[in-house]
Amino acid sequence: MDQNAPGILIVDDEYSVRDSLEQWFQKDGYRTASAEDAGEALKLLQETSFDVALLDIKMPGIDGMELQRRIQRLDTDVTVIMITAFASVETAVQALKEGAFDYITKPIDPDELSHLVRRAIEQRQLKAENVQLRQKVEHLTTPEQIVGASPQMQKVLELVRSVAETDATVLIRGESGTGKELIAQAIHANSGRRYFPIIPVNCGALPESLLESELFGHEKGAFTGAQYRRKGRLEMSDGGTLFLDEIGTINSRTQVDLLRVLETKEFTRLGGSTPIRVEFRVISATNQNLEQLVEQGDFREDLYYRLNVFAISIPPLRERREDIPLLAQHFLKKYSRQMNRTFTEFDSGAMDMLVRYPWPGNVRELGNAVERALVVGKPPVVAAKDLPLQLNDTGSQPAGDSLADVEQAHVERILEQAEWNVSQAAKILGVDRTTLYNKIRKYGLNR
Amino acid sequence: MPRLDLVPIFLPGRQEMLDCLSETLKLQLGFEVRQHRPDFDARTSFDTNRGQYNSTTLLRMLLEDLPAETDYVLGVCGVDLFIPVLTYVFGEAQLSGPAAVISIHRLDPLVYGLPADDTLLCSRLVKEAIHELGHCLGLVHCHEPACVMRASTYVEDIDLKPTGFCHECTRLNEADTCRISP
Repeated sequence: MDQNAPGILIVDDEYSVRDSLEQWFQKDGYRTASAEDAGEALKLLQETSFDVALLDIKMPGIDGMELQRRIQRLDTDVTVIMITAFASVETAVQALKEGAFDYITKPIDPDELSHLVRRAIEQRQLKAENVQLRQKVEHLTTPEQIVGASPQMQKVLELVRSVAETDATVLIRGESGTGKELIAQAIHANSGRRYFPIIPVNCGALPESLLESELFGHEKGAFTGAQYRRKGRLEMSDGGTLFLDEIGTINSRTQVDLLRVLETKEFTRLGGSTPIRVEFRVISATNQNLEQLVEQGDFREDLYYRLNVFAISIPPLRERREDIPLLAQHFLKKYSRQMNRTFTEFDSGAMDMLVRYPWPGNVRELGNAVERALVVGKPPVVAAKDLPLQLNDTGSQPAGDSLADVEQAHVERILEQAEWNVSQAAKILGVDRTTLYNKIRKYGLNR
Repeated sequence: MPRLDLVPIFLPGRQEMLDCLSETLKLQLGFEVRQHRPDFDARTSFDTNRGQYNSTTLLRMLLEDLPAETDYVLGVCGVDLFIPVLTYVFGEAQLSGPAAVISIHRLDPLVYGLPADDTLLCSRLVKEAIHELGHCLGLVHCHEPACVMRASTYVEDIDLKPTGFCHECTRLNEADTCRISP
C-alpha cells in the first residue's frame, strides 16, 4: 500500500460494511483503515493521519455525530462524510451543519461514493494548497523592513499598526524619499486585504490624459490607439488597496471623477457605458501642502476630506538623525548582499559624514549614497571618500550674511556634529558651556 | 503458465460468449484457461430484500471450491451482484488474491432498454474480466484513461476504456510476475 496515498478511515459497527468499503477504496489506490467504534477510531486518528473519515451515524455507544465533534477537536483537517440509513437523513443534515463535508445513504451508489470521496480529497488538497499559498503570499508581500528606532518613527509604526486593520482611508504625508510607499505597503500587508493586491498609481508621473485611462481603464476604440479593452487600476485593486501616490498633482477633472468613484465605488471604463462596481481601500500620499492647495482652489475640499480620514506624517530624516546609523547599516547589508560584496561597516569618518549630512532626499538619498559607496569603495569598510556627499554642503546654512547668521549656522552645525553633547560642542567651539547655552537660547536652537 | 478457472454461474445459453472470453484471456494474460461448472449452490447468495446476489458470498464459495492446481478463479454470473454497502457492483475481486467474480447483467444493453448487442456485451465482459483479474494480480485502479484498470462505475465508462493495460500497469505487473502481455 502506498503510504503517501490519501488515507480513508471507515468507522462502522458492521463488519461487512467496513470490509467491503476498505476493499473498494484499496482498489482505488487509497490507504485505508477501519474501526468498529468511536474509541478505536480516535485511537487510529491519534496514530495516523487520514484525509477522509467515513462515519456511520448509528453506532452503539458514541454515535457518528458525537464522533464527528471529537474528530474535529482532534484533527480539524480530516474531512468527514457521514453514512446514514434513509431513516436518519435529518441527523445527517444536522451533521452537515456541524461541519461534515457531506452524507451518503446506504446502500451507496458506487458512482456517487467514488465522486464524493474524490471531491472530499480534492477539497482537502485545495485547503492545504490555500494555506501554503497564503503563507507564500504573506512572505512575498511582507514589505521591506521599515528601519527606525527614533521616537518619531516608532510613533509612525504604532499608527500603521493601529490603522491597518480598520480599513480606514489613509493619507500619508512626508517629504520626497521618506518612504511613503513603504508605509502604504505595511498598512496593506497588515490589513485583512493582504491576500488581494495593492495597486500603486503614481499620479505625478503620468500625463493627465494617460492618468485617466490608467485609473479607469478603457474600452476598445475609446480613443486613438485603444486597440484593446484594458482594465484600469481601480478595477485591478478590487478587494485590495489602491495607493495613490502624489495625489496633489491630479487635475481638477480627474479629482471630480475620483471623488465620484470613492463615494459610489462605481465607475465606467473610458468609452464604456457599463458601470463596474469595485471595492477597495484607498491610501494616498503626498509631499505637498494639501491644505494650501485647497485654499488656492487647486485641490477639491470634498476630495481632501475624503482622503484625509487618517493622516500619518513621516518625519524627514534630518529630524531623526539617530535613525541614520541604523538605516545606513541596513542599506550596507542589503546592497552588499545584492552586489555580492563583503562590506561590513562604515569607518568613523564616513559615519560622521552620514550623520551630519542634511539628506534633502531623505531615506531614498541615503540608500542611493550607500549603494554608490559600495560600488566605488573597497571592502570591508566604507570610507568617507566613497560617499557621494559634499561635506561643505552639509550642516546648517547661514540664513544671511550677517555675523549673527553665520554664527548661528556654525553653532548649530557643531551641535549636530556632537549629537547635541553640549560639553563636547563647547570644546570644539572653544567656548565654555555657559556661553554655548546662552547662544543656544539666543538663537532659539533645539534638536 | 498460471491456470485460471472460469466458472459460469446462472449463465444459461452463453457458452459462445464464455468461449470467446476464454480465448481472449488466454491471449491477453497468458493464462491457461479452463471452464468448469460450480460445485456449490449459488442460490444461497441471493438476498430476497434486495433481489440481488451477494458477490462477497459468491467469492467465498468460489474460494472454497478452488481446485488445488488452480491459480485463479473467475466466476461469470448472469445475475445482478451487490456488496452490502453498495447498490450494485459489476464485479468483485480479491486484491492480490486468487478469486474474482463478475456479472454480465448490467453490461447487457437490454437492461438499459437498448437493442441486444452481443458484440458490445462480449467486449464489456472481456474488459471487466481483465479488470477484476488485474486486481487479483495486485493492480489497483489506474488514472490513465487508456487503461483497462481505470475505475468504471457506469457501463459507458467501460466502453471508453481499452482491453489492455497501460504501460505503467504493465510495468508494475511485470516487475512482480511478468504475467501480462501488453
